[in-house]
Amino acid sequence: MMRADLSLIQDWITPNSRVLDLGCGDGSFLAHLKRTKNIRDCGLEIDADNIRLCLEAGVNVIEQNMDKGLANFETGSFDTVVLAQTLQALDRPDEIVDEMLRVGNNCILTFPNFAYWRHRLSLLSHGRMPKSPQLPYEWYDTPNIHHCTIGDFDALCKSKRIKVLHRTVVDDRHLRSALANFNPNFFGINAIYHITR
Amino acid sequence: MANSLKQIPADSVGIVAPQRFHFEEPLTLRSGRIIERYDLMVETYGTLNADKSNAVLVCHALSGDHHAAGYYDPENPKEKPGWWDCAIGPGKPFDTNKFFVVSLNNLGGCAGSTGPSSINPETGKPFGPDFPIVTVRDWVNSQALLSDRLGIQQWAAVIGGSLGGMQVMRWAISFPERLRHAIIVAAAPKLSAQNIAFNEVARQSIMSDPEFHEGRYYDFNTYPKKGVTLARMVGHITYLSDALLRDKFGKDAIAGNFGRDLRSGKLSFGFDVDFQVQSYLQYKGETFSKNFDANTYLLVTKTLDYFDPAVDYDGDLSKAFMNGTCKFLVMSFSSDWRFSPERSREIVECLLKAKRDVSYLEIEADEGHDAFLLPVPRYMQALHAYMNRVAIECDSIGAASTANVASVASVGGAA
Repeated sequence: MMRADLSLIQDWITPNSRVLDLGCGDGSFLAHLKRTKNIRDCGLEIDADNIRLCLEAGVNVIEQNMDKGLANFETGSFDTVVLAQTLQALDRPDEIVDEMLRVGNNCILTFPNFAYWRHRLSLLSHGRMPKSPQLPYEWYDTPNIHHCTIGDFDALCKSKRIKVLHRTVVDDRHLRSALANFNPNFFGINAIYHITR
Repeated sequence: MANSLKQIPADSVGIVAPQRFHFEEPLTLRSGRIIERYDLMVETYGTLNADKSNAVLVCHALSGDHHAAGYYDPENPKEKPGWWDCAIGPGKPFDTNKFFVVSLNNLGGCAGSTGPSSINPETGKPFGPDFPIVTVRDWVNSQALLSDRLGIQQWAAVIGGSLGGMQVMRWAISFPERLRHAIIVAAAPKLSAQNIAFNEVARQSIMSDPEFHEGRYYDFNTYPKKGVTLARMVGHITYLSDALLRDKFGKDAIAGNFGRDLRSGKLSFGFDVDFQVQSYLQYKGETFSKNFDANTYLLVTKTLDYFDPAVDYDGDLSKAFMNGTCKFLVMSFSSDWRFSPERSREIVECLLKAKRDVSYLEIEADEGHDAFLLPVPRYMQALHAYMNRVAIECDSIGAASTANVASVASVGGAA
């Protein structure tokens, strides 16, 4: 069963295109796109078990830490670069966004919206860092070192003159809801962006 | 007597025997010189399937040969199996229940294939220094002729570590349509100055041995044993990591002794062996010198030095990789400083630039360059995972060709 955010974004992938998936996990998303859209696949991953699963699935996987950049990838060498649920865990999210837009013609990013109302409530009423099914960690052991909100990411796109092709927010069941559409930064749990230069 | 027979592990290919393939067709080398006729020693493991889609070629490194797996002697309990026995056999990464694995001794070798120690039919004496320098390209050309002889039009995979990995790259460049998977382990796109420097020390060790006689030591009934020992000692250091040596020779002592275990417990205050690492190296060098021809060692270090497939492509390796559709798996080991992970990443970068299908793994291992020969768990698991996929492909190729045969048959029946 594919993660819901991934099933939402596959509509933005062009058939027969080249797709780079940063943090590709066990490769199931790329394998799915190969089957359904005949894409040319490449994934980046650092977890040894996931890398082995990619090899078993016949998915091209490169063991590489994206925090060290994408300098080995040529400018414009991919049609779409995907970064799912990882932006907030990177050393310099702004730099990776630049790199993604250099390597890819268009990019798809998904991340947990820190400004979701339950997170706000946790901070406001309890004075504690939010924890939720999406953010299950304690403040001291979380890999999510650069949380951001939909408002923050919109501002980043504006300052970098990045064009937002699509923006979708989903609730905890990864469904688009009227409330989330009405006020994404308040009701949206997960943000999904499709961007280009 | 059943008791005298040794126990052969269930996952071994068992007792094997090499085959000699004789080639009468002259082979023109990169140097312009010609080898008129030659032999290649070959071992095969497993069974070639009906459509010949399950063949895997193993390319050996500097000191390897055709004996990659299994045993020769059913009686000798001390016999060690072939050099890559951990990877080849039933249930192993190169599963001989699924694949037909081919391993050969390269031209210029000293394990039975034609090389400097073979008799030159024109003189009746060993070739010695008259044997031409062969390059990786020449090797791969001869391997392609061997493939023809075996009836293998396309390899399911060609695999090799170190110098073997260089042959795999050459296959992908020279014969892009003749392989489906290229597996390159602990290799480099070409040697660095430091690599060449170490090779030069090895060559000088051999050539400065008084028993070398300009490479005609066979005629003098002698052998430059000291020189080959020294060459191997310096080579061996480059195959191991600092961490491995510390661990190997620092077991009994307090932490932080850096592998300085003494051999006899006290310093000699002389120039004899004080530390265990000294006797270990000497032992390794001497053992090697008993089984390896000095001229072959010289030749193969030159083969390494000359390897540079980008030379025909304006120095741009990615251009060399532009042709073909085979997939690549590149692997390196964290503690390898001979061909470090950085060198493998150079290969990967060129493959990405050439828009080729490539996977890359950087295996955490303390064993240094030698790790490519060892059963490092993650390395073996990755090979297994990759080759399982290759085996599934082989089956589907088989099914497709069976279907073709079936449709041809039915057309024939209709006619």
